[in-house]
Amino acid sequence: MIRKFTMTGLALVFSATSSFAATNISWWHGMAGRNGEVINEIATKFNASQTACALTPVSKGTYEEALASGIAAFRSGEQPNILQVFDAGAATIINAKGAVIPAEDLINNAGYTFDREAFIDGVRYFYADSDGKFVGMPFNSSAPIMYINDEALKKAGVEAPKTWEEFEAAAPKLKAAGFIPLVQSQLTWQFTENFFSRNNIQFATNNNGYDSVTDTQLKVTDPNLIMMFDKLKAWADEGYFAYYGAGWNDNQKMFEENKAALWIGSSGSFGGLTKTAQMPFSATFLPYWGSIKGAGTSSFIGGAALFAMAGKPEAENKCVADFFQFLTSPEIQKFYHQATGYVAITKAAYELAKAEGYYKEKPAAEVGIQQLMLPAGEWSKGYRLGFYPQIREIMEREYGRIFAGEVSVKDAFDTIEKEGNELLARFAKTAG
Amino acid sequence: MTNTTTSQALSGTMAAPGPGGFWRILGLNKSASKPPEETDAKRVQFSSRLLPYLFLAPQMAIIFIFFYWPSVQAIQSSFYLEDPFGFGSTFVGTANYTDVLKSGEYLGIARFTAVFTALVTFFSLSIGLLLAVKADGVIRGNATYKTLLIWVYAIAPPVAGLMGMMMFDQHIGPLVKVAAFFGWDMKVGLNYNDTAFAMIVVSVWKQIPYNFIFFLSGLQGIPVSVREAALMDCRSGLRRFWTVILPLLAPTAFFLLIINTTYALFDTFGVIDVMVKDKAANNPITLVYKVYMDGFRGNDLGGSSAQSVILMIIVFVLTIFQFRFIERRVHYN
Repeated sequence: MIRKFTMTGLALVFSATSSFAATNISWWHGMAGRNGEVINEIATKFNASQTACALTPVSKGTYEEALASGIAAFRSGEQPNILQVFDAGAATIINAKGAVIPAEDLINNAGYTFDREAFIDGVRYFYADSDGKFVGMPFNSSAPIMYINDEALKKAGVEAPKTWEEFEAAAPKLKAAGFIPLVQSQLTWQFTENFFSRNNIQFATNNNGYDSVTDTQLKVTDPNLIMMFDKLKAWADEGYFAYYGAGWNDNQKMFEENKAALWIGSSGSFGGLTKTAQMPFSATFLPYWGSIKGAGTSSFIGGAALFAMAGKPEAENKCVADFFQFLTSPEIQKFYHQATGYVAITKAAYELAKAEGYYKEKPAAEVGIQQLMLPAGEWSKGYRLGFYPQIREIMEREYGRIFAGEVSVKDAFDTIEKEGNELLARFAKTAG
Repeated sequence: MTNTTTSQALSGTMAAPGPGGFWRILGLNKSASKPPEETDAKRVQFSSRLLPYLFLAPQMAIIFIFFYWPSVQAIQSSFYLEDPFGFGSTFVGTANYTDVLKSGEYLGIARFTAVFTALVTFFSLSIGLLLAVKADGVIRGNATYKTLLIWVYAIAPPVAGLMGMMMFDQHIGPLVKVAAFFGWDMKVGLNYNDTAFAMIVVSVWKQIPYNFIFFLSGLQGIPVSVREAALMDCRSGLRRFWTVILPLLAPTAFFLLIINTTYALFDTFGVIDVMVKDKAANNPITLVYKVYMDGFRGNDLGGSSAQSVILMIIVFVLTIFQFRFIERRVHYN
């Protein structure tokens, strides 16, 4: 804590002394550890690259804490210039009309030309409005991908499954080889939201919530989704799938310890996994159902975006635009991609990393980008649902009950749909 | 978060202005038991009528700014639905309250909170008392025993939660291994009852030293002459404890009952937050944690304000009940 204060203090002192003529801008984020350090490195690079603006990043704890601090600050007129908001919180900030300046407007107003086409397909819509205009600037983006315990598959004599049907066929062999065939780390993100994107199925009415907040309703009683969870429960009962609760690491641990054959993680996990996994591993796309027509589309991006807060002087907004331009430049994107494991969000950065031979060295780093570059389906662009963090909590609760054997899959989804729709209706009232 | 601290703070202030009996245990108003003439003689005289109020002002300002003002705000926003950024708020009357009270989930959490509070209070009081009675009887090396029992109190609730989480970890927890030895497949984080059990154990463990300190000083305050007289009248140690020692400890026990109830209702937040690892899922949580989840993480200000007002009312009713019905049976001196 003291160190954090000192660092912030030092950063403030430096930015104040080295460039007292510069315009100061602030950036509140929810990253800690190595990811937080990389943010400081980016700010240092930006401050060194020009003299007009001085950027100070401040860690506000977790994603939720960053959003809550940003909201509290906005209400008292003390908001930062840039606020990092995570995927599930996107609807909260985007629907508060007047809280942010859309990134695209900000950049165009500063005299740059904003090119939507420069971004890879999978990240283009998630933080945009229904016309495709960028409201948030995608920052740290990730995709749910499948990690493979190479030795386990070899021992069982099976190939990495592309579809869930293939997994079903391979699971008994993996189990016989002494492994837990499948573990995952976040049922909401990996098996719900991205079940809809990978299998190209509608998640909610009103164009997944993009068109309007009024009367938006969840479609989680979709028979395909119920089938997915019926299968997961059946696999759990057979010993083909193991669930260790809603905590990410409790589940990941089984893969790291060479006890599980397949793990659904994040494209950003590979850096850490290289250090912790006790065996060689590779990665591939998140499986889909071959039986569902039109399945195999790209996934939604996870992670977070940067929002330019409204109510700031013109000079500061210009600096934020400068920073966004800097951030999306191929070199910085490539640096961020390689330092953290999050995907590069522009095509140019991807090409740059590829030309360097980075993916030959680390093939797992490419899987997330490739999955986000798969052809988009009608329903793989994103979702915009109010009070979504709470809806996720309802899902986590009901999923826990499914695997504890307390409720049937059908009943669980009926509850999620009912309580989720009540929250969406409440949100429509607050936003209206 | 403001709401949580508000109700926490409120509970603190509400517990304080009682008939004053239990302050005596803290040694804060010893003068009250003295004859009136003596008290008057010792009373400080202020030269100005305003001066005492001036001395009181900082404390009053703190209470007003940090306790009363936020709670008035909580009551106000509990009747509104507003977007978190403060652009628009709609008056919805008591809709936030009816929504909460109609929710089966909320009532389930309320039920768990009641059971949790009762069990934590009961076990931390009774174990604290047992240890105090036993430590009071130890003559050789009693300082060591006492220090060992007291120092757990210095551990902050989140750290206690972290230690509990390690002890009950699904993969490496030693207590899970002990349970497995007895054939109990304990799954903290997956099984509702197992998680509830772990939470109660950690919360009780954290609170025992506090109760121990107070009970021990209470026991040491019992005059030796009374104990000796009791010893002559009755040979059964257990009976002496029930009929003589315990009634004399009643003021301490009553004070601790209030403190422990508030502890279980509010201060266990840190323990719960760490033990559910930020993801409550199907694990048990208490009402305070629900306020935090909806207000702080979910940004539903109206709903969480209504919940914190409900909590304030619960604490208010509980405090009145304790003072009206239980304190009557407590005899100071």
